[in-house]
Amino acid sequence: MPKLVSHPDEVKVISKRFGMGAAAIDRYIELGGYESTRKALTQGSEWIINEMKASGLRGRGGAGFPTGLKWSFVPKQSAKPKYVLVNGDESEPGTCKDHLIFLHDPHAIIEGTIIAGLAIGAKMGFIYLRGEYRYLLEIMEKAVADAYAKGFLGKNIFGSETEFQVITQSGAGAYEVGEESALMESLEGKRGVPRIKPPFPAVVGLYGGPTVINNAETIAAVPHILGMGGAAYAALGSERNGGTRLFGISGHVERPGIYELPMGYNLYKMIYEVAGGIRGGRKLKAVVPGGSSTPVLLPEEIVNLGMDFDQVGKAGSMLGSGGVVVIDDQTCIVEFALRTISFYAHESCGWCIPCREGTDWLNKSLTRFHAGFGTMKDIDNIQYLAENMLGRTFCPLGDAAAMPTIGFVKKFRKEFEEHLGGKPCPFAKHLEVALV
Amino acid sequence: MTTESMSIFSPQVAAKFDALVEKYPARRSALVPMLLYAQDEIGYLSDALIAEVAERVGITPLEVRNVATYYSMLRFKPVGKYNVQVCTNISCMLRGGYEIFEHLQDRLGIGHKGVTADGLFSLEEVECIGVCCWAPAIQVNYDFHDDLTNQKVDAVLETYRAKGGITNA
Repeated sequence: MPKLVSHPDEVKVISKRFGMGAAAIDRYIELGGYESTRKALTQGSEWIINEMKASGLRGRGGAGFPTGLKWSFVPKQSAKPKYVLVNGDESEPGTCKDHLIFLHDPHAIIEGTIIAGLAIGAKMGFIYLRGEYRYLLEIMEKAVADAYAKGFLGKNIFGSETEFQVITQSGAGAYEVGEESALMESLEGKRGVPRIKPPFPAVVGLYGGPTVINNAETIAAVPHILGMGGAAYAALGSERNGGTRLFGISGHVERPGIYELPMGYNLYKMIYEVAGGIRGGRKLKAVVPGGSSTPVLLPEEIVNLGMDFDQVGKAGSMLGSGGVVVIDDQTCIVEFALRTISFYAHESCGWCIPCREGTDWLNKSLTRFHAGFGTMKDIDNIQYLAENMLGRTFCPLGDAAAMPTIGFVKKFRKEFEEHLGGKPCPFAKHLEVALV
Repeated sequence: MTTESMSIFSPQVAAKFDALVEKYPARRSALVPMLLYAQDEIGYLSDALIAEVAERVGITPLEVRNVATYYSMLRFKPVGKYNVQVCTNISCMLRGGYEIFEHLQDRLGIGHKGVTADGLFSLEEVECIGVCCWAPAIQVNYDFHDDLTNQKVDAVLETYRAKGGITNA
């Protein structure tokens, strides 16, 4: 069972019911649950969207798009049914926040789904969990059944004239399905290959109907936002970055875990105070700030870095999924780069050539390089190849593979050079395994 | 196909599938979860399984294969009763994921995608399983085991051996 951690600097909004037995519906109601949905039901669509816009909530899946604005793009009139789709296909390495939400607070997901449905005028919502999260899917299914039994879901929710149905769905192992159009393909029973955009899902989405797709953490924040008011939620965060975020700190820290901190919280403090510093008193070498696809940052780059979408973007990386991966000075960056790219090579669907071939060549080059058979020209080639993948694929997987690779080569070129000329890797540990 | 007698699945699973295809706006949406549940019962995607799922969803067996090959959890060969999946992705790697994987290879005497002679265990190196903050972690069938050490791994294997009806190997 995943361990819950705590720190005095935390501002618990989404996580406030973690560890309190809120997966049980009566307990959830006792803790104030479903009040926001009732309120949303009486206040209506325009009020919901205005509160969401005021909250400054931006998509927690990684893109950081303003949620209220996204909802407002859905056409009011539509010949085809509209849908809400909750993305719980959490698969970005370094990311495990939704895991805790599904485990501890599944009804917050249901509430957020209903409210999103009320906002856009949808009568049906889907909650998609990655296939590996079977035990969490069962918790979610139980929560949905309980909500139906209470009349919170169904033909007449909360005794009103409004209908809302929720359907849970399981994936079967695919990182790329986390991309919104691939997610819809998967839910329609197909290979998770991305769709060409435009049209965007808000216009033509699931089963051809207008669809709003939000990350599970985004959806879980919704009932809290309506509960406290959009402006109050916005005030918790930094400029243009409303609220709090579940930051998942993993890797070489003393106290890894999921911590809910205000947007804009200092990354240095996050690592050294919240997560207890580097394990075993070692030195910090690098930080991957928002899941494996975000470019690496050096220790000097994080000292004054506030963790919000804009500040991390300005520092040359991305806030991404909020999965902070901390790397100590005993780690080989070439090996880390190799493990990152081998993941993307494994997950590329093969639809776009720059991604399919690019990830494969990067994987081969880095494997050879780490084994001590690289040449000086390889270093430039790795960077050149990665740079030529950028922006040339239908979905962001190609960029997700290229961006961190470019970062590793640019910032740790010296370490790449140290692997040259048949020298063994200075950190050689997992060499044979990495070659399997 | 809705009658039990014609199904290769147990009555419970067949009934579950009868309901599953009715759950969505389109029948085909049942495909991916149905394949996973079907695999849970049969062990792998056999020809007979694919044929029945195709009929239930209303597409051809070829279309089922086309979809199934995309998803990494779906397999076309049997595995052990307990499929041990070791995450070696970045967060687990930094906290000893590869050491756990090597230890399991030693203990079970098999490598990546291997199956023990008694059919009790199979071993697989997998990508991120969403347990990064509690690394290193493994998943045995659907059960997570996190914050592992080699010693804890041995204890985990013992519990599955006991469950599988075999005492200390």
